[in-house]
Amino acid sequence: MPPQPAPPAPLQLILGDEELLVERATRETLRQLRVAEPMAELTRLRATELTPPHLAELVSPSLFAEARVVVLEAAQEAGAEICEAVAAYCRAPAEGVVLVVVHSGGGRSKLAKQLPATLRSAGAEVTECPKVTKASDREAFVRNEVRVAGGRIDAAGVHALIEAVGSDLRELASAAAQLVSDHDGPLDEATVRRYHRGRAEVTGFAVAERAVVGDVPGALEALRWALSLGVPHVLVADALADAVRSVALVRGAGGGDPFRLAGQLGMPPWKVKKVRNQIRGWEDDSLVRAMRVVATLNGEVKGQAADASYALERAVLEVARAQRAGQRAR
Amino acid sequence: MTGSVEAVLGQPAVPTTGVWAEVVGQRSVLAELYAAAVAAAGAVSGGGTGGGAMTHAWLLTGPPGSGQTTVARVFAAALQCVVPGPVPGCGACQGCRTALAGTHADLRIVAPDGLSISVAEMRALVQTAARRPTAGRWQVVLVEDADRLTEGAANALLKAVEEPAERTVFLLCAPSDHPDDVPVTIRSRCRPLALGTPRPAEIARALRDHDGVDPELADWAASVCGGHVERARRLAADEAARQRRAAVLAIPTALHRSADVFRCADELVKAAETDAVEANEIRNEEEKEALRTAMGAGGTGKGTAAATRGANAAVRELEKRQKSRTTRTQRDSLDQALIDLTAFYRDVLVLSAGAAVPLNHPDREADSRSAAARWTPESTLRRLESVLECRDALAANVKPRIAVEAMLMVLWRG
Ligand SMILES: [Zn+2]
Repeated sequence: MPPQPAPPAPLQLILGDEELLVERATRETLRQLRVAEPMAELTRLRATELTPPHLAELVSPSLFAEARVVVLEAAQEAGAEICEAVAAYCRAPAEGVVLVVVHSGGGRSKLAKQLPATLRSAGAEVTECPKVTKASDREAFVRNEVRVAGGRIDAAGVHALIEAVGSDLRELASAAAQLVSDHDGPLDEATVRRYHRGRAEVTGFAVAERAVVGDVPGALEALRWALSLGVPHVLVADALADAVRSVALVRGAGGGDPFRLAGQLGMPPWKVKKVRNQIRGWEDDSLVRAMRVVATLNGEVKGQAADASYALERAVLEVARAQRAGQRAR
Repeated sequence: MTGSVEAVLGQPAVPTTGVWAEVVGQRSVLAELYAAAVAAAGAVSGGGTGGGAMTHAWLLTGPPGSGQTTVARVFAAALQCVVPGPVPGCGACQGCRTALAGTHADLRIVAPDGLSISVAEMRALVQTAARRPTAGRWQVVLVEDADRLTEGAANALLKAVEEPAERTVFLLCAPSDHPDDVPVTIRSRCRPLALGTPRPAEIARALRDHDGVDPELADWAASVCGGHVERARRLAADEAARQRRAAVLAIPTALHRSADVFRCADELVKAAETDAVEANEIRNEEEKEALRTAMGAGGTGKGTAAATRGANAAVRELEKRQKSRTTRTQRDSLDQALIDLTAFYRDVLVLSAGAAVPLNHPDREADSRSAAARWTPESTLRRLESVLECRDALAANVKPRIAVEAMLMVLWRG
């Protein structure tokens, strides 16, 4: 960590509602403050537990002139009186006191909502922790987690990890740390999938990927494996449908820069590159056939077929054979 | 019954004024219902039952769009009409107007917004229906999609239909392609009324005279609606609906590459989603607000926590129903597009066979003619079948995008 060059700003704002990032930012801020002022006295409390006199007491000049850090958590829930008291304090911060306001960015009352703006205009140091909603931000998060843990991971590996674990940052962070500590060398898709083999989505994709390259024995084996693990039929069917339509989409889009195509086709660039390796052997008419197979399958696994496992097996076979047949008999 | 048969064969047996003017075509069905309404009015004023012209349970069937629900409401209005005189169903009195609007105190309309009518709802309905009519005339129960009744709901209804209260009338509606979905036990106790497809001239006249649509637009809407009166009304009234139809009918001749397949699928699915959201947004909010008010949200004091739990459960239940209604609106909207496409491919088949049959989409004749010249009848048939398959798939809950993309692949390659 780089050394702290200047004394900490007397007003700190940690703004946002991504819980894990807020926690980390708070911890990091306190760590830095402790480096700057090892003897500082720390008070942490929720805004709703605070009264204006209590706040005044916390930030009033102390007899012994020791440094103090006051962390005001969940400031978006603060009542009007506290909001006004904080705003007043911002205009004239006390020496030797650092006020850290943790705020979600929302708030029930107008005054509580305005707190971040008040702190900003008073010159507070701001750490933003907005909710991670974009896929690219989540991917960046995973890459960073792996790097911080001392490992390396490629784009397909990142995607496989998100597919397997889901979008919760806390779970992603712990999965990333776990993977790095359990494996030597860079992490790729195969490693991630091997590691998370029990996960439904991953095994569904394994079936689909073998089927669309015409690997009949491989696809059937992966399917039996998935079914023996209790992977829901619907998930395997969805994965198969996604794989077939991805092939049709990427093949129809022709060549060109995968990054440009990614935007056009609504899939990540690494996937465009991966699917490009799967389009060999496919013809227009065999794709027509495969797309009808997966559409029928979607209805079958939702209760139309007496035996959904058999319906899946047949669909996997038909897709793999369509790829191999290349040309539809007309 | 003899009276009504004579009437059908003789002079106009049905008035063309009042509530009776609401129906397009269907003269023979109206004649039977009119005779029943006259008999029913006689019964209310202390006369006889009109020699069996009136009965307690009716089953109205007809092709989609023939207007079973409208016919049923018109009959309900005639039963509730309070203006004394020889012609029940004046259209102007309180009884007629509230019945047509569906707000009459003695009219229960069961329209399954979600996917089916629950047993509990049906039991409650049957109990209310057995009460004496508050306005002193008839208790009318109108079931809009009797083919969607669950077995439990049908059984609850059956008891009431078997032993109807003296002044209770059941009007069940079902599409004629699924009359078997109405349990035979119920069907056998109803008097059947089969509606036909109204002719374009009848529809055009109704649009002109009843709705005040410009004659040229009325003729056009009647010629492309496939005998579906509400569809014709919608097309005549709504520019957006006309644009949507034009966009859908442009698809068959716009598929040149596989990328076109995905673009058109995306447009179809998104348009249906937008329809579903727009159609339900305001209504969903209103229903939630009404529920909150009814549950007394925001109260304090003893028992509040339990009441809040109950309220939350009720809100969840409502949200579930709203979601299934949205799904259904989306499916219906997509289905309209598929109906238009089906009709287009039928036109192409008719043209390649050289048959002298009126086209479903006469305004797209240039397209269907050039398609008939380019495609083999076999490939046109494959296309037509893929549209029908897609409709079945959507009805069976297949993901719309998957079903529509598979269909468009076939429409592209043939
Ligand atoms: Zn009246």
